[in-house]
Amino acid sequence: MDIVELTVTALAERVRGRQLSAVEVAQAYLARIAELEPTLHAFITVDAEGALAAARALDLRLARGEDVGPLAGVPIALKDIFVTQGLRTTCGSRILADWVPPYEGTPSARLRAAGAVVLGKANMDEFAMGSSNENSAFGVCRNPWDVDRVPGGSSGGSAAAVAGRLCLGALGTDTGGSIRQPAALCGVVGIKPTYGRVSRYGVIAFASSLDQVGPIARTTEDAAALLEVIAGHDPLDATSLPQPVGRYREACRRGVRGLRIGVPAEYFAAGLDPEIETAVRAAIDQLAAQGAEVVDISLPHTKYAIATYYLLCTAEASSNLARYDGVRFGLRAARPRDLRDLYSRTRHDGFGPEVRRRIILGTFALSAGYYDAYYAKGQRVRTLIRQDFSRAFERCDVIVVSTLPIMVFKLGERLDDSLQMYLADIYTISCNLAGLPGLSLPCGFSRQGLPIGLQVLGPPLGEEQVFAVAGSYEQAHDWHRRVPEVRR
Amino acid sequence: MKISPEQVQKVGELARLQLSVDETAALAEQLSRLVEHFEQLDELDTAAVEPTSHVLPLGCPERPDVTVASLARELVLSQAPLHEDGYFVVPKIID
Repeated sequence: MDIVELTVTALAERVRGRQLSAVEVAQAYLARIAELEPTLHAFITVDAEGALAAARALDLRLARGEDVGPLAGVPIALKDIFVTQGLRTTCGSRILADWVPPYEGTPSARLRAAGAVVLGKANMDEFAMGSSNENSAFGVCRNPWDVDRVPGGSSGGSAAAVAGRLCLGALGTDTGGSIRQPAALCGVVGIKPTYGRVSRYGVIAFASSLDQVGPIARTTEDAAALLEVIAGHDPLDATSLPQPVGRYREACRRGVRGLRIGVPAEYFAAGLDPEIETAVRAAIDQLAAQGAEVVDISLPHTKYAIATYYLLCTAEASSNLARYDGVRFGLRAARPRDLRDLYSRTRHDGFGPEVRRRIILGTFALSAGYYDAYYAKGQRVRTLIRQDFSRAFERCDVIVVSTLPIMVFKLGERLDDSLQMYLADIYTISCNLAGLPGLSLPCGFSRQGLPIGLQVLGPPLGEEQVFAVAGSYEQAHDWHRRVPEVRR
Repeated sequence: MKISPEQVQKVGELARLQLSVDETAALAEQLSRLVEHFEQLDELDTAAVEPTSHVLPLGCPERPDVTVASLARELVLSQAPLHEDGYFVVPKIID
């Protein structure tokens, strides 16, 4: 038995039944990390000592006959945006390079309470701003399928770690596609739940009206198992939804008979890579053959989504990032002349170029004289984009599209052109603007052997039907069983 | 709309973010391109459209007014770049 090839459920069952110890599991994964991390750089911090201590504690409790939870021994990577008590949390930024948080956030606390073992903190674009992981202050992460290519972003380290078998599951955050896009580019499963479904207490804020936490895993059922643990109301997050958590694992086996799948013309327009289009259309045909009804729909404001998203997310970021001022935690510029100089130089030294660009853009969009023309306009167009989805979901139960218009690109290829980089987010950002659940899963490989992602979108709190579609597609294929051969 | 280096400089001051001269010029160019793209929103008549600031139908949640433990002061101060006698230290504000 190869430990690193067990699914979440199979591994937890064996650990709970004491056929396999949590320490053996942690050691198997730490050995993978020792072998591949120098090439992939999927982590900012590996916590081998902490992981082994947690695993030993689980084994002791199991030996005493205690129930340690549904994720017993499951080794996890946390994007370095999740606040972990006593474990350095950088958010991919120099400004937090040495920050050791005094408290633990809710998503990671829930995973630990369910028996999961945290292996370390995954690499990411600084403050989750980026689509390639190239904006990390701690060095680029590489795609396990082709180490000359990006893993996607901003949760690039989380997706690369899952694909490369450096962990069994991971948590990411998704503000405009930051879970689904790297999941697609690394050939794994990632879901951004409905806005408010998972608590954001102890999750470093980027754009608060858009940010949401979700799992990345190798199969839809693994992702469902993790989501069942982290989802649900949290009194520490005022935006957390009170509705009961769905039965996501069971939904994966429910099938698609009678489900109506909406296919929006706007997501198959010019700019979509022909190889991706072929794979996505084949997936839709497959779902129809499994009993789903395919319905043509329209989301007419799709082309305005990029402009709307980048106006709103930069405005919110400029406000959220005001807290990094060199006073209470984090980096502080040396020998400040006065308080203003302390702020300005700390922030210049601490933030990388993309974060600086977004703070300037967002501050501009909110500034007197431009607020109505840019920020308020963006908020109104956001309403139109939401209305597109409300109308579409009167005619269908889920929407199936590609996760990205383009194939995974090479490191450095798109760095010089922010607009081109932003435009590639076209299929993922509307979901955040409307607050919907969206899942990406593998639906094939290009002729060059690069993974292609299929995206399933649902109405608010429609996670179960999203998992039903993803699970139904997945059981007819073996894309998720392919293991990347990492070439150093 | 074209954004000038002077405008970028001014916004940088508002954001308390020091920018070098080279960076200011480069940002003016990049931001002009982005803002030109954003202006495609002007094609849409939104006079009668309500803005969305939040997608949730949630109101402001309430909780019982009960005192709960907060983080230990030493633990919080341990992460401050400079502190003294239980306070954060900043440069002199008033002459």
